[in-house]
Amino acid sequence: MHEPQLVMYEEEFHKINSILERLVRESNSKSIFLVDRNGQLIAHTGDTEHIDSTALASLTAGNIAATGGLAKLLGENEFTVLFHEGERDNIHISLVHRKVILVLIFDERSSLGLVRLRVKKAGDELARIFDGLLQKAEQGVGAGADSPFAEITDDDIDNLFRD
Amino acid sequence: MSFINYSAREINTKVVYYGPGLCGKTTNLQYIFNATNEGARGKMISLATETERTLFFDFLPLNLGQIRGFNTRFHLYTVPGQVFYDASRKLILKGVDGIVFVADSQRERFDANIESIENMFDNLREQGIDPKSVPYVIQYNKRDLPNAVPVQELRAALNKDNVPDFEACAQSGEGVFETLKGIAKLVLQKLREGAAG
Ligand SMILES: Nc1nc2c(ncn2[C@@H]2O[C@H](COP(=O)(O)OP(=O)(O)OP(=O)(O)O)[C@@H](O)[C@H]2O)c(=O)[nH]1
Ligand SMILES: [Mg+2]
Repeated sequence: MHEPQLVMYEEEFHKINSILERLVRESNSKSIFLVDRNGQLIAHTGDTEHIDSTALASLTAGNIAATGGLAKLLGENEFTVLFHEGERDNIHISLVHRKVILVLIFDERSSLGLVRLRVKKAGDELARIFDGLLQKAEQGVGAGADSPFAEITDDDIDNLFRD
Repeated sequence: MSFINYSAREINTKVVYYGPGLCGKTTNLQYIFNATNEGARGKMISLATETERTLFFDFLPLNLGQIRGFNTRFHLYTVPGQVFYDASRKLILKGVDGIVFVADSQRERFDANIESIENMFDNLREQGIDPKSVPYVIQYNKRDLPNAVPVQELRAALNKDNVPDFEACAQSGEGVFETLKGIAKLVLQKLREGAAG
């Protein structure tokens, strides 16, 4: 049993981005990252320029994986929210739909209560989009002829390594 | 599990370096990091103990360039090789697209290699992943050491599936990119199969 491959399309990507853009405004947070459980960055918004988003994605996924392991040890289902408080910035990590990870970075201009409230609503909307993507994946949309990988040749692969 | 983003036109895959403690997994990533242009790689992250043993994982994102207009990204991870970090190893294997098994060629590590590769198959199964569905290659590392076991002997003990295998000295970098290229090829071929099927 292999989990289906995550495939992102233009349409869903735009929907996701507009949800994140609204969330960053309504929660008064500085930046938001959406990460898949395996550590791949899906989308980000807000003031993300000076943050290494690839590294952030891998570390948050590791963080969720480690606490998930702890939850299992305790016989808990999963810890779905992690919150780390810093001197200046705070980070709120939540697991949406057991599938994707929503990361908000905020400072004193917002509050944990507000972030929680806004994350819950946006999380529900994101969950619906990922449900749809999952369905598409199960129906095999994106596989087959329109996959960019259906026709790659060994030469294409060799070319990647030609320095 | 690979992630294809049609919107950003990129494909992301996850490759894990597995093997017994001190076999040279982290050294492989460090060499790749140092030998790659800044534009083609991100920051390397090492979650390590004070004595530089891997505690949770190392992470190195690489951009291998374009295939058919899609940016091809490989996320390289290492697991902690020490036996008692088994829980962490299982977590790192989640969503894996390809594995490099790094063996330590030294005679005194012969059994540790066998134990580690069996542990790898066990952990894959435990994650619900059929080991046969995950492409992997084997690297016989530390070929420079005088107590290195002949390759045929290592091969007979470790390479039962007859996968591509490579000799290496990760410290000097010999064989490191050959190994990476070997696994990248298998992962991309697998993607092609998935697309065709
Ligand atoms: N002689 C020799 N030494 C090597 C080679 N590759 C790695 N080493 C050394 O072996 C030691 C352990 O290497 P690491 O890369 O940290 O090993 P690791 O597999 O990441 O170990 P864990 O994190 O504990 O699982 C280091 O001192 C390396 O310099 C090699 O090809 N030849
Ligand atoms: Mg290591």
